[in-house]
Amino acid sequence: MRTLIVIIQKEFKQILRNPATIKLIFVMPILQLIILPNAADYEIKNINLHIIDHDHSALSRRLTENIRATGYFRIEGYGTDRKAARHAIETEKADIILNIPASFERNLVREGKSGLMIEVNAINGVKGGMGAAYMNSLIHRFNSDIRTEWTGDERFMQAGTIGTTSSFWFNPEMNYSFFMVPGILVLLLTIVAMNLTSINIVREKEIGTIEQINVSPIRKYEFILGKLVPQFILGMVAMTLGFGIARLFYGIVPMGSYLTIYLFAAVYMFTILGIGLLVSNYSATQQQAMLASFFIMMIFVLMSGQYTSIDSMPEWAKWIARVNPVTYFIEVMRRVVLKGAGPGDILPELGIMSAYALLTNSLAVFSYHKRS
Amino acid sequence: MQAIRIIDIEKSYPLKKGKTEALKGLRFDVEEGELFGLIGPDGAGKSTLFRILTTLILADKGEASVNGLDVVKDFMKIRRQVGYMPGKFSLYTDLTVEENLNFFATIFNTTVKENYHLIRNIYEQIEPFKHFRAGKLSGGMKQKLALSCALIHRPKTLFLDEPTTGVDALSRKEFWELLRSLRAEGITIMVSTPYMDEASLCDRVALIQSGKVMQIDTPEGLRNTYGKRLFAVKGPDMLHTLQRFRKMPAVEQAYPFGEVLHVVLRKDAPPFRMPEDVEASEIAPDIEDCFISLMHEHE
Repeated sequence: MRTLIVIIQKEFKQILRNPATIKLIFVMPILQLIILPNAADYEIKNINLHIIDHDHSALSRRLTENIRATGYFRIEGYGTDRKAARHAIETEKADIILNIPASFERNLVREGKSGLMIEVNAINGVKGGMGAAYMNSLIHRFNSDIRTEWTGDERFMQAGTIGTTSSFWFNPEMNYSFFMVPGILVLLLTIVAMNLTSINIVREKEIGTIEQINVSPIRKYEFILGKLVPQFILGMVAMTLGFGIARLFYGIVPMGSYLTIYLFAAVYMFTILGIGLLVSNYSATQQQAMLASFFIMMIFVLMSGQYTSIDSMPEWAKWIARVNPVTYFIEVMRRVVLKGAGPGDILPELGIMSAYALLTNSLAVFSYHKRS
Repeated sequence: MQAIRIIDIEKSYPLKKGKTEALKGLRFDVEEGELFGLIGPDGAGKSTLFRILTTLILADKGEASVNGLDVVKDFMKIRRQVGYMPGKFSLYTDLTVEENLNFFATIFNTTVKENYHLIRNIYEQIEPFKHFRAGKLSGGMKQKLALSCALIHRPKTLFLDEPTTGVDALSRKEFWELLRSLRAEGITIMVSTPYMDEASLCDRVALIQSGKVMQIDTPEGLRNTYGKRLFAVKGPDMLHTLQRFRKMPAVEQAYPFGEVLHVVLRKDAPPFRMPEDVEASEIAPDIEDCFISLMHEHE
């Protein structure tokens, strides 16, 4: 026990004396939490629109005005020149072209129907898809508006219209930072824990201090635990800092209790620390360890459901997401923060994470050899 | 009792193609309380032997014991009883001198106070710097700190792998004086060095070359078994003189040695007359002469 305490003390001294780790633990979470949620927003704004208007009628101008008023579109060009519109798309100045044909208003009045064409630049799939969808719903509304206008009171209309109202549960204003910040907090904790541990044992290998440790009577578990505990504490400090910022900058206060989150975070931390130690054990240099943990982090982050919905992934990718520990913590975090889930509600996830923690750490202890 | 027994130890490291044999059947004993030197050039296998004896790696073949304990079966006991100072400085450079010492004392379940008498001579020299980080010390100071850390749990046997490499001449001399005072405390010391001049400071030395022991003896014994006549020669043009001697049939070997040439005559050499245009004097062999002669014979 005394040995363990001494190792932990030693680790703390080393960590706190290294200015790079301090920055990693304290400065990085603050900056990321302030910058990322504002940038990583699914709502698409500023879609560049080019309008080709061959009609020049009151109706086409009204449609243009309606589009402008939504705030989602920025009208980049307006005219009759198809070549100019094509050029705008090719030079990425425009994302969408809206074609209004010459007899748009006349046909609508005389024949009761008319057509519009939307052309979408699909290089940025998300922006194109969302833009087209916005545009469609906008035209649809415009359509029913003028129909109501022309036929008078809706009650006298021959064909009824179906109206829909939606309400967003757990996040009534559909505030994206409520959705993003808890996830980013998880990612921060993961990055801090993984980076610190993965280079830790390797560093001792590189400077040769591990030789001195290996010839000493220190037990394997004492050494590994001595490495884990300080990282664990630092990770928790980083997370607490993150919650402080979430509250201060985004007004995010978990609906559930902090206790539930910290309980899960504790188990989760051990899982990630175990992975970091494994990487450390199998790497010969710090550089190698950094690259390996970077690779793992990339997969963990991209397949965690933070930036893309898991339900829309192909089946094989869903399996990767399912074995990804980050997925579980983001899920739990959102449930507790937004939905107010209690410890009882996250039991299955807690069970899976405990199994993970046990697995990664036993592998870490097992794969660390004091002699080769 | 023998402090260290080495019986037919073999060890090879795998390479991409084939393997490199580091140790090819070493066999010797080190007596308790001896200051034993492993002398040999880089790549002779000295560090490999140290790593086997300190239970860091396993030998491919053969047996070894330290303080009567088997290096494979009783490795945990050995780790409590030996001190090891690797060739590369391997203390925590970001901890202070004092913190390093306390750390290593604690992990060996002891305190600095308990064994202070053992390291007093050494530690007093680095004590003024005890609040310095270990990485900021000079080479000689680092070695003294490393020795203090290796001694702090009062090991029965001490393994020092090239402790004086990269240390200035004065610090080297001091370091060897320290070793001799430790031997007086009854600690068995096995020390390796590439410097031949340090060999004469050991009780016994093993001359090692390419994983094999060439000879084991006291420094005195090594010199006595040399059995050949040796001259120190000084000539006007050293390179020319060297080539001239090498061509003489009575000369077995001629090589530069500091500012002079050493010329070794064959055992069965015919009567030899030293050329008159060089200054020459017959001398007693140095350990280095013994080593060079042995290397020549083994080739």
